[in-house]
Amino acid sequence: MTRTRKPGVSRRATLAMMGAGAVTFAAPWVARAQAKTIKVGMPTILSGRVAQLGTSSRNGVMLEIEKVNAAGGLAGRQIEMVIRDSKGQPQEAARVARELVNTDGCEILIDAEASSGAFAVHEVARDLGVLCLHTNSETSALTADPKQHIPNAFRTARQGVHDSIVGGSYAAAIAKAKGLKKWATCSPDYAYGRDTTGEYVTYLKRFAPDIEIISESWPKLFQPDYTEVVTKILQAKPQALYSCLWGGDLTSYIDQANIYALFSQMEVFAVNMADYTALTVVKNLPKGIHSGNRYIKTYPATPENAAWGDAYKAKYNEYPTNWSWENATAIMLLAEASKKANSADGKKIAEALRGLKIKSPFGADGTVTMRAEDQTLVGYAIGWGTTIPQEPYVPQVQAGDWKTIFELEAEWKKSKGYT
Amino acid sequence: MPQWMLPLDLDALTGCLASSACLVTQTTSGFIIGMLLFLVAVGLTLIFGVLKVVNFSHGAFYMFGAYFAMTAYQFSGSFALAMLCGAAGTAILGLIFERVFMSRVYGADVLMQLLVCYAFVLIFDDVVRMIWGPEFKSMGMPAAFQVAPLFIAGGVVPPYYLLLIGVALAAAVILGLGLARTRIGKVIRAAAHNPGMVSALGINTGLIYGGVFALGGMLAGLAGALAAPVRSLTPGMGFSVLIESFIVTVIGGMGSILGALIGALLIGMIRSFGSLGFPLFTEGLMYLFMVIVLVSRPSGLFGKEVA
Repeated sequence: MTRTRKPGVSRRATLAMMGAGAVTFAAPWVARAQAKTIKVGMPTILSGRVAQLGTSSRNGVMLEIEKVNAAGGLAGRQIEMVIRDSKGQPQEAARVARELVNTDGCEILIDAEASSGAFAVHEVARDLGVLCLHTNSETSALTADPKQHIPNAFRTARQGVHDSIVGGSYAAAIAKAKGLKKWATCSPDYAYGRDTTGEYVTYLKRFAPDIEIISESWPKLFQPDYTEVVTKILQAKPQALYSCLWGGDLTSYIDQANIYALFSQMEVFAVNMADYTALTVVKNLPKGIHSGNRYIKTYPATPENAAWGDAYKAKYNEYPTNWSWENATAIMLLAEASKKANSADGKKIAEALRGLKIKSPFGADGTVTMRAEDQTLVGYAIGWGTTIPQEPYVPQVQAGDWKTIFELEAEWKKSKGYT
Repeated sequence: MPQWMLPLDLDALTGCLASSACLVTQTTSGFIIGMLLFLVAVGLTLIFGVLKVVNFSHGAFYMFGAYFAMTAYQFSGSFALAMLCGAAGTAILGLIFERVFMSRVYGADVLMQLLVCYAFVLIFDDVVRMIWGPEFKSMGMPAAFQVAPLFIAGGVVPPYYLLLIGVALAAAVILGLGLARTRIGKVIRAAAHNPGMVSALGINTGLIYGGVFALGGMLAGLAGALAAPVRSLTPGMGFSVLIESFIVTVIGGMGSILGALIGALLIGMIRSFGSLGFPLFTEGLMYLFMVIVLVSRPSGLFGKEVA
C-alpha cells in the first residue's frame, strides 16, 4: 500500500486555515469581553390576579432598555434584563431577588414588586449591598422611615402620602365650593386600602375641617359582589364618596353602583380611576368621577408624554399603566446616572443618583428628581380631574402643587417620628 | 372612638328595619346576592347528591359561563344569546369534563377526587388566561338595562336585578318540579339512591351522571353569565364564589335543592343586613352562622340525618 499525495488541501494549509478560523471566531469573543453585558435582575408579579402589574412593568422597562442599549448601554455595556415571576408572594420575591444576584450574576435589581414583596426585596438589597430600584411600591414608609434607609436602595414610584395630600386638598376645595359635608368611604380591607384612606381623610379634614365621615365600608380585596356595600352607602345618603378600590374591583364596583344610579346621587372621588387599565375596561364609565392621575398620556399635556404613551401603545397594543411609567423612569434614571458617573458600577451609579434631576415625560415641569435625603422620586406629575366616558377620559387635570406637598410631607414625617 | 368604628351598629340596623325604603333596598340586595349564589350552589349540591363527589372545580363553570357570555355578547350584541351561550357552553364543558375525567375517579379515594378537581381549578384558570388574557375584563350592561332604577315603596331596585332574580327563581322552580314530577327526575333520584339497581334495570347510568354534571355546570354557567354585566371577569373569579357556595351547601344540607335555596338566601340576607348592623363583621357573621348550623344540625338545615 502506497501513500500518494492527493491534490488538494495540504495538512499545513489545513492547520493554517483552522488557526485563521479560530481567530475569526474568537474575535467577537474578545470584543464581547471588553464590553461585557450588564445583567439587571427584575423580580415582579407575572402570574395571578395582578399579573398586569408585572407585564406592564416589564413593558415599561423594555421600551426604555431598547433606547439605552441602542445608545451604547450603561457606560458602554449592553443591558440584559433577567425578569422572574414572584407570583406575588413576598418570600418568593426575596428568594428570586437573591438568586438573581447570587446565581445569575445580576449587578442591579429593579424591584417591580407590590408593596408586600418590595419590603422583602429591600431586605435582600440591604443584605447584599446591590443597587436596587423599587419601582412599584407606593407605601410611604419604604423610603420615609429612616429605619428602612439604605444607601443602595431608591424608589422611582409615586408615594401614598403625596397622593393623599394632593387628593385631600383637591377634594376639600370641591367640598367647600359645593357644600359637601357628609362623606362616606369605601376601600379594600387590607394595608393599602386602610392606610391610604386614613391619610386621605386626614388631609381632607385638614383642608376642610367641617366635613364628617358618616359611613365606612371595607369590602374584601377581590370581592366579587359589592351590592350590599352599594346599598349601604345609598342608605347613608352621603354627599360625597371616597374610594381607593382599584383594577377589577373598581370596575366591578362601578358596574354595580351604576345600576343603582349611585353616581348621580353623590360626588365620587376614586383615586385609582384614571388609569387606562380601569378606564378602558369599564363599558359605561359615568361622567364626572373625580380621580387622581395614574398614567394618562394627556397629562402632563406635553408632546413628550403623548409620544411616549403612543410609542408604548404601538409596541404593546395597549396603553401604559401607572406601573409602566414608574418602571420606565427607573431605566431613564439609571442611564443618566451611569452617564454622569461614567461607570456601570452600582456604587458609583448610586452616588450619581442622589439628587439627580432628569428630563422626563412624566415630570410636573418636564423633569423628575431623585431626592437625595430619602432617595425617592419627587416632582412627578400629580393631579386630579373628572372623567368622561371616552378618550381622553380625563380632559382637565388640576395639577398638585409640589411646594405644598413638600411642606405637608415634612410635617407628616415629623408627626410619624421619621425626622 | 367614633361611632362608625364600633363593630356593632344597632342604630343603623333598627333604623333600616323601621324604614320601608331601606327594607326594600336591602331585601332585594340580599335576594340578588343569594340567587346568584343559589345557582352555583345548587349545581354543587345536585352533583354531590347524585354522583357523591364534591366538585371542587365547580367555580370554573361559573367563570366559563361569564367568559362565554362576554364573548358571545361582543360578537352578537345580543344579551339573550350571551346568556344562552354561557349556559349551553358550560353544559357541554361539564359533560366532557365528567365523561373524560371525573368518571374515572368515582370509585377512588375522596382525596384522589379532590386532587383531580383541584388540578382542574388550576388548568381551567390557565386556559382562560391563555384564551382571554390575564387582565380583568368587563362585559358591560346591555343598553336595554341601562335605565334608571325603580323605586318600590321608596326602596331602590335596579331592573336588571329583577330579571336576574326572576331567571334564578325560574331555574329553581323548573329544577324542583323537574326532579319531583318528571320521569327523568325520577330516574335521577333513583340513581342517587341506588345506582346499581338503576343500572340493572337497563338504564344507562353513565348518561345520567354526565347529564347531571352538565346540568350542574350549566346552572353555574348561567350564574356566571348573569353576573357578567355587573362583575369583572378574571381568571380565578370562580374561587371566591365556590367558597361561599360551600357555605351555602353546608348550611342547607349537601344534596338538598331546597336547602341550597334557603341557605343561599340566608347568606344573601346576612350580607345585606349584616353590612349595616355589623359593618366590620359581615364575613365573620356568615361563618358564625355556618358554625351554629353545623353544631345544632350537623347535616345542614335540610340535609338527611346521617345514621
